[in-house]
Amino acid sequence: MPDSDNKKKIAPVDRRNFLRGVAAGASALAAAQTVTAQVASAQPPVTSGAANPTGDERPGSDFMVDVIKSLGIEYCAVNPGSSFRGLHESIVNYGGNRNPELLTCCHEEGSAAIAHGYAKIEGKPMMIMVHGNVGLQHASMAIYNAYADRVPVFIVIGNILDADYRRGNAEWMHSVQDAAAMVRDFTKWDDTPASLPHFAESAVRAYNIAMTPPYDPVAIVADGTLQEEPIANKNLRIPKLVISSPPQGESAAVKQAATMLLAAENPVIVPGRLARTPKGIDSLVELAELLQCRVQDQRMRMNFPSNHRLYGNPGVLPASPNLSDADLILALETQDLWTLTNRQTPINRFGMESQPTTKPGTKIINISALELNHKSNEQDFWRYVEADLNIAADAEATLPSLIEEVKQQMTADRKRALEQRGIKVAEANQRARDNNRQLATLGWDTSPISTARLSAEIWAQIKNEDWSLVSTDRMVSGWPTRLWNFTKHYQFIGAQGAAGIGYGAPASVGAALANRKHGRLSVSIQCDGDFNYSPAVIWTAAHHKIPILYVMHNNRSYHEERMYITMLGAKFNRGSGNESNVGTALIDPDINYASIAKGYGLYAEGPIMDPKDLAPALKRAIERVKAGEPALLDVHTQPR
Amino acid sequence: MKFFTITSFLIATCATLAAQTTADKANLDNGKNLFAKYGCYQCHGYVGQGGLAGARLAQTRLTLIAFTTYVRNPRPGGMPPFRAKLVSDKELADVYAYIKTFPEPPAVKDVPLLNQ
Repeated sequence: MPDSDNKKKIAPVDRRNFLRGVAAGASALAAAQTVTAQVASAQPPVTSGAANPTGDERPGSDFMVDVIKSLGIEYCAVNPGSSFRGLHESIVNYGGNRNPELLTCCHEEGSAAIAHGYAKIEGKPMMIMVHGNVGLQHASMAIYNAYADRVPVFIVIGNILDADYRRGNAEWMHSVQDAAAMVRDFTKWDDTPASLPHFAESAVRAYNIAMTPPYDPVAIVADGTLQEEPIANKNLRIPKLVISSPPQGESAAVKQAATMLLAAENPVIVPGRLARTPKGIDSLVELAELLQCRVQDQRMRMNFPSNHRLYGNPGVLPASPNLSDADLILALETQDLWTLTNRQTPINRFGMESQPTTKPGTKIINISALELNHKSNEQDFWRYVEADLNIAADAEATLPSLIEEVKQQMTADRKRALEQRGIKVAEANQRARDNNRQLATLGWDTSPISTARLSAEIWAQIKNEDWSLVSTDRMVSGWPTRLWNFTKHYQFIGAQGAAGIGYGAPASVGAALANRKHGRLSVSIQCDGDFNYSPAVIWTAAHHKIPILYVMHNNRSYHEERMYITMLGAKFNRGSGNESNVGTALIDPDINYASIAKGYGLYAEGPIMDPKDLAPALKRAIERVKAGEPALLDVHTQPR
Repeated sequence: MKFFTITSFLIATCATLAAQTTADKANLDNGKNLFAKYGCYQCHGYVGQGGLAGARLAQTRLTLIAFTTYVRNPRPGGMPPFRAKLVSDKELADVYAYIKTFPEPPAVKDVPLLNQ
């Protein structure tokens, strides 16, 4: 849709010339007028708007770049597409390819996941550009992951709305009436600006919406005609960006929460996506130490130091912590609170029953901004939780006032009692930690290499560096959480959000990019199944010199699904061979990830089979990463 | 005569032991194959080290009877029941024998990487 000032006019048929021709044919005027009308409707329209550019004009996309620069966006991940070629050219030639700088990607899913990982380290959105319907369809799964993970991404969709401006073939097939419609269910806001002033206002509004908790992706359609036609409006301006302060809990509700927390004998804090910033960690530590209570982290963000004495049990699945001894649960941006407090019939049984896993009378306080951004279609809001106190607010922003309330209501007697509780929590933490080390010895020297050994070997090489784990650790039985010492916000970024596989490899690149300017050593424990969705993203890392160490957790399968097939087979007394490998195992032939990585221009070694070979290989690869390049080690590992 | 009797006894004993060793070997090999075939390693690891998906099997204190009973009737929420129609008692005994061969892990104090 063109800027109204730029809209070309479709001229009527050149009537003077037409009549001259008719007169030469000695036709009657009346008859000629009748024929004129018929010809005007039967012939292709003749346009008079086309003009050769002088080269001095500025396209609308230059102004779009001005708008994007005003938002402070550092990078734009892009797989090139004709519907945003105007903006692409302006970023490079007008914007100097800085703020944003283009990142060349080989797939839009990779673009979106790179932005996802970047935002979790940097705390602000990266821009991605996607091409019409086809590019957006490629990107959509990764956008859904970011949405479910409450991560801001600034999406610009190229599209040519005005049919008159589509130059045939692909420009018709890749254009849509409502470009953002296909991701509307899992973006927080979108708009299709009809003019350059509209683009400016909507871009600034979108950025603010994305950055107001709950964070989420937003989408702006950059119309192809608006991009490529010259700027006619000389009075364009860019609205001022002021990020909204996050929603905080209402004071009376916060006071009540403090009262309930202090009255509880054994409260447990369950943080999910709590710490948007490092302040979230500080606040949670302060609250936990005030209350001397257990923190059972869901590990969706770096919420709480993993070696803190009040850390519940670093050895349990984040999705299933034991909360049966709690008499109060404080849920802070917690994911799927219902499943944390109930047990359902597993897949190897029939029917569906559920029962609480908490003891009768256990109170629940739920503080979450998720209540402020409900959508209907995507079911990532989980089962309804009958909380005793629901506070619809950003938990990180609410914690300071909750801490103050707890301090005000705390008595000296209560403080002494809570200290005794803290000692017991710390003793349980030490037992869990000792048990983890004991469990890590099992299969220590085996091949394929145990995930505990893999994690311990990596830790030995990075513990004295300024490191950042830019992958999840769930697929390696959480061993980094159990053995490493996580203290800083950038040292852990959680997982996919919507459990959409294909996130890991590109999100790690995005996080490593954000870490680069701080000189941090980025490490990704990369699952093989995930890697194969967007392997070319490691070329993006090589091309843009993004230092990252990939350590392949190469268990040669889509293992979660393989376990499901085994379980269901046993349920029906069948599957007595290797049927669970069918459709799940990545063998015959084994995939050689070192060869793939070398092909994309990375330093790589492997496959490494013997645990004794890990340490020297890690040393060599880390040297390359510290020199500023990506590296990959392929390691044959135990399943989990 | 006495010499002959003793020699015969020794020969017979050696033959029995050899047969038993062969049988044990066969059981262990079968147990190893079954451990892979039924996907035990998928949750419990190739050497029974366990993980977040499955319990530790290495150094198990379960008797064969307790092991078999659990595999037939695991607790709800845990592993699926592997019934006799799918895995015979003999096969489970072979799996159990194989599990018992998993090497004893080193002590934590002897692993520098676990004392960092």
